[in-house]
Amino acid sequence: MTQPGSAYSLDKIEEKPETHTMSVLVDNEPGVLARVIGLFSGRGYNIESLTVSETEHEAHISRITIVTTGTPMVIEQIKNQLDRLVPIHTVTDLTVLGDPLERELAMVKVVGTGEKRSEALRLAEAYEAEILDASPEHFIFLITGKQSRIEQFIGVMQPLGLVEVCRTGLAAIARGAGQM
Amino acid sequence: MSASMTGAQIVLQALADQGVEHIFGYPGGAVLPIYDELFQQDRLKHVLVRHEQGAVHAAEGYARSTGKVGVVLVTSGPGATNAVTGLTDALMDSIPVVCITGQVPTHLIGNDAFQECDTVGITRPCTKHNYLVKDVDQLSTVLHEAFYVARSGRPGPVVVDIPKDIQFAAGIYQGLSNSQHKSYRPAVNGDERAVEAAVELMANAKRPIFYTGGGIINSGPLATERLRELVRMTGYPITSTLMGLGAYPASDKQWLGMLGMHGTYEANNAMHDCDVMICIGARFDDRITGRIDAFAPGSKKIHVDIDRSSINKNVQVDIPIVGDCAHVLDQMLRAWKAKNPKVDKAALKTWWGQIDKWRARKCLHYKKRDDVIMPQYAIERLYALTRDQDVYITTEVGQHQMWAAQFFHFDEPNRWMTSGGLGTMGYGIPAAVGVQMAHPDSLVVDIAGEASVLMTMQEMSTAVQYDLPIKIFILNNQYMGMVRQWQELLHGGRYSHSYTEALPDFVKLAEAYQAVGIRAEKPSELDDAIKEMIATPKPVIFDCRVDKHANCFPMIPSGEAHNHMLMGDDLTEEDIENAITEEGKVMV
Repeated sequence: MTQPGSAYSLDKIEEKPETHTMSVLVDNEPGVLARVIGLFSGRGYNIESLTVSETEHEAHISRITIVTTGTPMVIEQIKNQLDRLVPIHTVTDLTVLGDPLERELAMVKVVGTGEKRSEALRLAEAYEAEILDASPEHFIFLITGKQSRIEQFIGVMQPLGLVEVCRTGLAAIARGAGQM
Repeated sequence: MSASMTGAQIVLQALADQGVEHIFGYPGGAVLPIYDELFQQDRLKHVLVRHEQGAVHAAEGYARSTGKVGVVLVTSGPGATNAVTGLTDALMDSIPVVCITGQVPTHLIGNDAFQECDTVGITRPCTKHNYLVKDVDQLSTVLHEAFYVARSGRPGPVVVDIPKDIQFAAGIYQGLSNSQHKSYRPAVNGDERAVEAAVELMANAKRPIFYTGGGIINSGPLATERLRELVRMTGYPITSTLMGLGAYPASDKQWLGMLGMHGTYEANNAMHDCDVMICIGARFDDRITGRIDAFAPGSKKIHVDIDRSSINKNVQVDIPIVGDCAHVLDQMLRAWKAKNPKVDKAALKTWWGQIDKWRARKCLHYKKRDDVIMPQYAIERLYALTRDQDVYITTEVGQHQMWAAQFFHFDEPNRWMTSGGLGTMGYGIPAAVGVQMAHPDSLVVDIAGEASVLMTMQEMSTAVQYDLPIKIFILNNQYMGMVRQWQELLHGGRYSHSYTEALPDFVKLAEAYQAVGIRAEKPSELDDAIKEMIATPKPVIFDCRVDKHANCFPMIPSGEAHNHMLMGDDLTEEDIENAITEEGKVMV
């Protein structure tokens, strides 16, 4: 007999997972973030990054930027599921629109003295990281940029006494004159 | 219109303006101000249930049988948590319900106050939408919006949580307005080009089938009317899900019966072999599709649904159409008439010939017995003896529910109330209460199992209090029959805890509720007993003792395709043990 399947074996469908960045405009009301996050956890979707802030104060509209991974069928489901939540105005898949501008901000605390400390400072200058706070034993660097750049920076700081990292998650916007 | 009144008065005014006539509820500390307002008026009729789950199921039955929004009123804490099963049920079956919950006063929220729970947190995943009202001036707007959200688009349950201080506070009442919702605007009309493409595909079909669901019923009488017109105009066969029964008349020759796990041989085989599938208001649920990689292979699929997220969720379709069934069916009808296509009559004749061969298999056949009532026979007799009645059927969940779907035939929509998506045992009695409330002069029968019915038996007390002559027709086999059937299929017939050793005497139980108890044990006494039940103007519990070992067939075993059905009449014990593969066993 051939391999049995059912509605439960959808994951076996040979579709490669893709990473998509979505912008979601929502009413900034209590519980709206819980609705979005609950949708992801309840239906087993991934959240790789999530950023939220009120962007239109008078209209009380917040913009949520979500980075998620899934097969094209799952990505489509995520958009449709989000779209039917009552307080959601629009769901835009920035990845489909093409190569959106994506930036993240990170603060990185590095503790150490001597050669490692000087090396950390040299590298921070090379990465154009800003020094937010410093003492003879530590630096706190601020770095903004694409995620890959931040990953790299964290990577090079790792052996130099990195003790703490705080990242904002991704902010993303579509290129060109068009608006959401 | 705007006027100043208390929060509790605003609630009643909003309900009245929404045209609400009946509320199902249970009082408690956090809703006392609303109950006090209810006491001082007689416009709204309140039905006191015996458990909040019953209130929601009653509202569901009311909504499903009338097309109106069902309304529930419960208190905070346990009142709200008890309602959760009903709310989830309504969400899964897309039933419009507005559930008003009391909440502890605003300043106590988050304090672990007496009878406090995070109602909006708990009900967020089991409602279409929910609200916590913290400003009395917003209350009327929120209530009107709740009704709009509950009934529009894909219908569903909406919770409005109202703290007690808001119920006492004075605020401004805003009447109904025509303003558009700022973000929620479901599409009603389908894309014209997609409709054109769908009609083109339909017109060239050689082995077409209509597969319809609860969405037709939810859309209302116009959808049913147009579906019938389209199906008759095309001459194509039609099957439906459990939730869609009645949208197309079961007595019509184009009707193939229900499809899916316990659907008919002809419906499932026609689904498997079709070349064009026209799915309207159904959602390719796992009870329908069976093995997904062998689901209707080689068919082109059209899917009409008001909920975009239902499309391409389980099964990839070729022509998706997002819109309300009634509107899209109208578009399809107009497109079909404009096109006036020449269908392939020869191919259709062959197709119907094949379908007739499947029909000849007589998949619902069972062995009648003289010594014991077969459950299928009981439903056949109930159906036959209620033909001169205006009848509404509710069910519990299990074998009896499937037998009811197979052997009780529906020619009209809104006559069949059952828990399809969630599969909630205990749905039937309270749903019957709601249906009877809406249709006081009709015959309302809950086709029940003895296990399910005990889960909400207390609602008999509600039926007696409001003189609702509901009939609880229990197919009593002393087993949780569907559980036992699966134990036979999956677990070597080891009946782990699926037998109820200490059942109540249902006749005495009925009498204890001041209702009427009737029992039938032999096929020879069944007809008279059913006639007695129908003639009794009071609530009845009918204890129909049926064969203890009957199983529900035909059946698509889990993990199998539509054309691999188990038929009831020629199965050996070995067949049953080997019916489900190792991989199929992990599925529900």
